[in-house]
Amino acid sequence: MDDLLREFLTETNESLDVVDVELVRFEQEPNNAKILDKIFRLVHTIKGTCGFLGLPRLEALAHAAETLMGKFRDGASVTGEAVTLVLFTIDRIKDILKELEKHQREPEGADGDLIHQLEQMALRGVPAKPQVAGSPVPHTLGRPLRPGEVSLEELERAFRETPGPALAKPIAAKPAREKVADKDEDDKTDGKAGNQSIRVNVDTLEHLMTMVSELVLTRNQLLDISRHNEESEFKVPLQRLSNVTAELQDGVMQTRMQPIGNAWQKLPRIVRDLSAELGKDIELEMHGADTELDRQVLEQIKDPLTHMVRNSADHGLERPADRIAAGKPQKGTIRLSAYHEGGHIIVVVSDDGRGLDTARIKEKALANGLVTEVELDKLSEAQIHKFIFTPGFSTAAAITSVSGRGVGMDVVRNNLDQIGGHVDVASVQGEGLSFTIKIPLTLAIISALIVEAGGDRFAIPQLAVVELVRVHGKSEHRIERIKDAAVLRLRDKLLPLVHLKTLLKMDGGDGIGERGFIVVTQVGAQTFGIVVDGVFHTEEIVVKPMSTKLRHIAMFSGNTILGDGSVIMIVDPNGVSQEIGSTASSAAVMRAQSQAEAARHAAAVDMVSLLVFRAGSPEPKAVPLSLITRLEEVDCRKIELSNGRHMVQYRGHLMPLVRVSDDVRIKTEGVQPLLVFSDTGRSMGLVVDEIIDIVEEKLDIQVSSDCPGVLGSAVVKGRATEILDVGHFLPLAYEDWFRRKDMQVDAAARTLLFVDDSPFFRNMLTPVLKAAGYEVTAVGGGREALSLLKNGRRFDVLVTDLDMPEMDGFSLAAAVREEPRLAEMPMIALSSYSSPEALERGRKVGFHDYVAKFDRQSLVAALKEQTADVDRAA
Amino acid sequence: MSRMNETAEMSVTEYVTVTIGEQLFGLPISRVQDVFVPARLTRVPLAPPEVAGVLNLRGRIVTAIDMRSRLDLGKRPDGQPVMAIGIEMKGESYGLLVDGVGEVLKLANSQCEAKPANLDGRLARVAAGVVRLEGQLMVVLDVDRLLDMKNSALAA
Repeated sequence: MDDLLREFLTETNESLDVVDVELVRFEQEPNNAKILDKIFRLVHTIKGTCGFLGLPRLEALAHAAETLMGKFRDGASVTGEAVTLVLFTIDRIKDILKELEKHQREPEGADGDLIHQLEQMALRGVPAKPQVAGSPVPHTLGRPLRPGEVSLEELERAFRETPGPALAKPIAAKPAREKVADKDEDDKTDGKAGNQSIRVNVDTLEHLMTMVSELVLTRNQLLDISRHNEESEFKVPLQRLSNVTAELQDGVMQTRMQPIGNAWQKLPRIVRDLSAELGKDIELEMHGADTELDRQVLEQIKDPLTHMVRNSADHGLERPADRIAAGKPQKGTIRLSAYHEGGHIIVVVSDDGRGLDTARIKEKALANGLVTEVELDKLSEAQIHKFIFTPGFSTAAAITSVSGRGVGMDVVRNNLDQIGGHVDVASVQGEGLSFTIKIPLTLAIISALIVEAGGDRFAIPQLAVVELVRVHGKSEHRIERIKDAAVLRLRDKLLPLVHLKTLLKMDGGDGIGERGFIVVTQVGAQTFGIVVDGVFHTEEIVVKPMSTKLRHIAMFSGNTILGDGSVIMIVDPNGVSQEIGSTASSAAVMRAQSQAEAARHAAAVDMVSLLVFRAGSPEPKAVPLSLITRLEEVDCRKIELSNGRHMVQYRGHLMPLVRVSDDVRIKTEGVQPLLVFSDTGRSMGLVVDEIIDIVEEKLDIQVSSDCPGVLGSAVVKGRATEILDVGHFLPLAYEDWFRRKDMQVDAAARTLLFVDDSPFFRNMLTPVLKAAGYEVTAVGGGREALSLLKNGRRFDVLVTDLDMPEMDGFSLAAAVREEPRLAEMPMIALSSYSSPEALERGRKVGFHDYVAKFDRQSLVAALKEQTADVDRAA
Repeated sequence: MSRMNETAEMSVTEYVTVTIGEQLFGLPISRVQDVFVPARLTRVPLAPPEVAGVLNLRGRIVTAIDMRSRLDLGKRPDGQPVMAIGIEMKGESYGLLVDGVGEVLKLANSQCEAKPANLDGRLARVAAGVVRLEGQLMVVLDVDRLLDMKNSALAA
């Protein structure tokens, strides 16, 4: 069922119950304007909602009832007759609602009779009569109710005794003042949609959660005690208790979680209305609507979110004409996104409008006396933008002078403060603005790593922890230094390090020693190491919000009580990440890191991993590592001679061994190193004398060779090295390596044009492509390829390198696409590295696929896919 | 009880007397939840100097405020015993760390005089008035202003 409809049903049912009760009260106290107002408002709301949802029957009924009650409000005296009529109407509405719930649409039928009666009654102005005595329904009420006291029992009887159509059903109503109290859905006849869920008072859940939290704490305490008593008969039941507690905790948490989309539901309509009202074209994008968060938190952020979206639409986005003038698309975009990060929920509201006007904010801040001129000069732009959260910025004057941004932003911040949240703003003038809301899981129970720093214990949310690294003098991971900044070289990454003591400005927090524990932490795209003195264990902790007096400390997201009863702080990885990002020393690390990465990137363009080995002669030989499937060392006793060829049993098959040259002698004792090449189930072992190294080298074959099996010579690590042509050796193992039936060589082999400026790659890949069943024409440049194509040569598929002199792959693809005859030819780009920008650019000029240069398997797979398309099309 | 007394005879207020440094202070008993000996105080790094730390009091996390620091009355000598006055405000628990807790005094409101104009700045902000007792003066503290530390704690 539609969520909106479901919400409407529950809410309307609830409202109607209240109307029932209030009407009865009203009959007793016809002069109580408060009650009448309440009823009027409820019925009015129902009418409005029905109109919005397109429910004409309900709308007409509610409207007629409203009109009648309007008369009451205007002073017509209240008769039992009139009240009964309204109650009839309410019942009719309820009947329709029930049908609506079952079939999700209004049932057929007319309410002319009832509406007519209501109208008549309203027209007559309800003649003044003695009130209850004149009622045509003498049994409406058993006895008069005392004002404000309506018991359920009485109501039930009252309604049961009210004659009329469809009125035999008892109505589960209750005193109106407890509007939200736990409520039965009042529909026991059919257990359909409505009954799958019940409404439970948030307070009840809240209480349940508190109890579970206490249970968890007690459980932790017990576990703590049992850790100290090895031989305890309590161990087993305690384990059981622990498991049950964990399940209970999950269950209770679950009941509180709701997708954030619920808070966004009304936004599309608001934006739509604003869009029409303001004459702006606005698109609302919503991402991560299913991100779940605590129901109470959800309620708290509903209004701030609406406010921010409204602000963006109203003041952030420019008018269409201005947008076009600024070179932006006419349609403005407001984007909402939500995701979990490091134990928080992050909600981002951004727009591509004009952004904040820093100069105006400065003026306003000065005018309001928030800062002095001198202080202002020292503030960064981001700090100046923060002024929009100050109270006082939300004055009427601000609407015009600060283009209205910041109106009510202090309210937004206050709302978030209440739940221990945080809001930040980032703005680029002319390009847009984004608000980032960070909501900690204040009421949640999370798993945390308990660490020690400077003699105190702290909890780090497990969610943010990637791994733990222990460093000491002899360990493989070492703490290194770039200038004053400590870094950890972990695998191929440089991680900035910071000691928790330093972060928290604790005593003795100077510098990082050679040993310690590093908690590798990830926040968004940033990974860093927090150095701590000790690591204890992980524990389920109940996050309690920080005291308002301490909430400004960005390093902590909350505090908790441990199993031993002591209070410890929960470190906020987001806060740490920001701190790291802002300190100068770590900036140096970041720079070094990005330089290193850039260098790697640049290198990857030309660099090839080569396996360097010796075979037959003292001079080193090399093959591209990517072509080799595995390196093996086999026991020489396992090498067998069969049919005049050397073989070895390898993974259940016989694998032929091929020597690089006749000079290579197959060893007779010890182990024999082999380079194993595999392709579609077949393997070949290339016999070498010794594997020397794996190096990354810019491959530049300087001297080509006539010697079979050798592509040429290149300088590798300062030594002249022969680069072997693997394609030469494969047929030596299996004569039919390139002509096997399982290669799907069709009668008419598909033709392939292969463009690469490097002879090495042409030589290396041509056999591979041939092996895959293509008739390959290899050319050395874009122009050459284009002239071939223009002269009428037909190819089934084009594979081209991107980086080429004169005409590169992008230009070639663009030129090919311009030829109508070639428009359908699949094109695959080869590149040594693949940045998202390059991928995007490739797609734009018409490449069908993008394959890393040395990824043979992917290339073959991509070819198969692309040419299969051609086959189907043919 | 105190509330009832307040309504019954508006002119009388009960105070819990505490000593901080050499000075006697009075806190309206209606605001005092309990008196306890603070144990296992966890210091909070980066916290404002007035916040001595946090502690667990029967499952609740209590923020301990060092009254000496709050009132600028110098550092407490090492080893001197500390007592805490439990206060609740806006759903949060606070513990005011004091040097000693005295008796409960029932005083007529008329006895509470306006604070002297020359009272030290920080003290002046949190004092509601002064009562002349036999032999000494008692400064009546305004709990709400006491816990409003915006002046000292840097607003984030």
